[in-house]
Amino acid sequence: MANGSNYSLDFEKPIKELEKRIEEIRIFAEEKQIDMSEEIQRIEAKAQHLRKEIYRSLTPWQKVQIARHPKRPTFLEYIDLIFTAFVELHGDRLFRDDPALVGGLAYFEEIPVTILGQQKGRDTKENIYRNFGMPHPEGYRKAIRLMKQAEKFGRPVITFVDVAGAFPGKEAEERGQGEAVAKAIMEMAALTVPTIVVVTGEGGSGGALAIGTGDRVLMLEHAYYSVISPEGCASILWKNAAEAPKAAEVLQLTADDLLALKVIDEIIPEPLGGAHTDLERTAAAIKKSLRKNLRELMAIDVKDLLELRYHKFRGIGRYVEE
Amino acid sequence: MLKDLFRPKQKYVTIRQREDDNGITFPEQLEKKELPDGLWIKCNQCNQMIYHKDLEKNLKVCPKCQYHFRIGAWERIEYLVDPGTFHELFANISSCDPLGFPEYQDKLNKFKKATGLNEGVVTGTAQLEGIPLAIGVMDFGFVGGSMGSALGERLVRLFEYAYNEDLPVITFAASGGARMQEGILSLMQMAATCQAVNRLAEKAILFISVLTDPTTGGVFASFASQGDINIAEPGALIGFAGARVIQQTTRQTLPPGFQRSEFLLEHGIIDLIVNRKELRSTLARLLRFHQRRKREIS
Repeated sequence: MANGSNYSLDFEKPIKELEKRIEEIRIFAEEKQIDMSEEIQRIEAKAQHLRKEIYRSLTPWQKVQIARHPKRPTFLEYIDLIFTAFVELHGDRLFRDDPALVGGLAYFEEIPVTILGQQKGRDTKENIYRNFGMPHPEGYRKAIRLMKQAEKFGRPVITFVDVAGAFPGKEAEERGQGEAVAKAIMEMAALTVPTIVVVTGEGGSGGALAIGTGDRVLMLEHAYYSVISPEGCASILWKNAAEAPKAAEVLQLTADDLLALKVIDEIIPEPLGGAHTDLERTAAAIKKSLRKNLRELMAIDVKDLLELRYHKFRGIGRYVEE
Repeated sequence: MLKDLFRPKQKYVTIRQREDDNGITFPEQLEKKELPDGLWIKCNQCNQMIYHKDLEKNLKVCPKCQYHFRIGAWERIEYLVDPGTFHELFANISSCDPLGFPEYQDKLNKFKKATGLNEGVVTGTAQLEGIPLAIGVMDFGFVGGSMGSALGERLVRLFEYAYNEDLPVITFAASGGARMQEGILSLMQMAATCQAVNRLAEKAILFISVLTDPTTGGVFASFASQGDINIAEPGALIGFAGARVIQQTTRQTLPPGFQRSEFLLEHGIIDLIVNRKELRSTLARLLRFHQRRKREIS
């Protein structure tokens, strides 16, 4: 596949095996100087068919694995393909700059916007620098600062969510992780500018929701969004983290589930094989969806926008009223 | 961190607890135990034996070491508000099982039966030293005080009621976090409650959040940390992530008193720590500070 790395997903093994065979035949044909293109084409067609079959019927757990794929495109990779003239703005003006949450100014097709997103690393070194994309309180406080700045200058806010969770650590607790997450949720929900959220990879609980209370919540086809990780859920429910695939089923965390539950507004399709197999196409799909939604939101009066947003999040729960 | 839970309304039994993955403790068994009348209770902190009537007289605070036993929602209301003034609202809202989650319905039934509550928060109006207010009290005994759709809805309605009626709001948090069994719908209650709290600002309505043992996860990371004034009872466990998750993720050693009220005060996250016995008078005093605006209107 395009992004040929050593990392492969379990459920893609049959495809990988066919690809390996094609490679072997190619080498063999070259060595022996014989034409085997028909055979290669036949196997390629078979591999493509298999890929379609597998991707048509992905289980929730398989989707979680795609969402966590080390080659899954990150926020910074999307920026240049979706926005122009990006200027990164750093820091919360309180404690430090958190590299796990990136923010700044950019144009979305001539419209100045503020963009924010959790940023995972693309290799071990960067992951350590980015804390695996898990923000500390200062990351969320930077997000709040930049959102309030956007509000002041009347810029729409677009956020990209991809986070395993807000960082669970001693220092994060000392600096009020819970308070920072809550404040970000609250401030974003009350912004007097249009806000769009794109869940691109992992939607890890409060750490995701902190930049997730937008007028529109869009989600990539194989992303997931959940109150708890499947592993965490499995260890509570069945005392065994290895039951995560089962937990992924019961949590209803896929884009299809969330659309049905009205937690998200739209699913953005991914290329066959997942976003990492074709970054440009994925970015183009996100851009298309952003264009449509931003246009709609910018036509709505601010007062109505706030009212609609309030009722959107207030109306998601399901309960009995007797 | 195996601790004993103090459960009200059943002759003050101590019940062993188990911990979940987040280090949050839940009652292990809910069956009532037969106990003799002249019951003595051992303090969880100083191990002193306390006669149950003395403990109750002391609002379930150990007279020797000031350890605050966990108390239920109704007990809290009884200790706090002017007698006979509490009027319950939104009791008609209760949980369903929207995701068809394994064992959830059974769990709800079991907790309803064991606690006599039908949700993990009791909401309503009351008076405190004659001052009318809206009040929401969570109960850790009901599915660990976890916030699902119904609990969130009750709180949102309480905040909205306070907004409409121009009443100050006090909430008492006691929760392990979001209710896993309602999945993403529980997470969205964090957004709903935060929004409702934020609206109070439009009318300068006071919101006091009292954090009690324990207040963690999605409840701390939403409305409960967003009071105009955040108060904690002494020694309460308050935090975002569970201690065990932190240790597993970072291999950090956590200092004694980590995520306790005193730790939060030191780190600037709460406004003050108030002993349960002084809570009523402190809250009344804080409420009175905010009555000025109303007088101007009338």
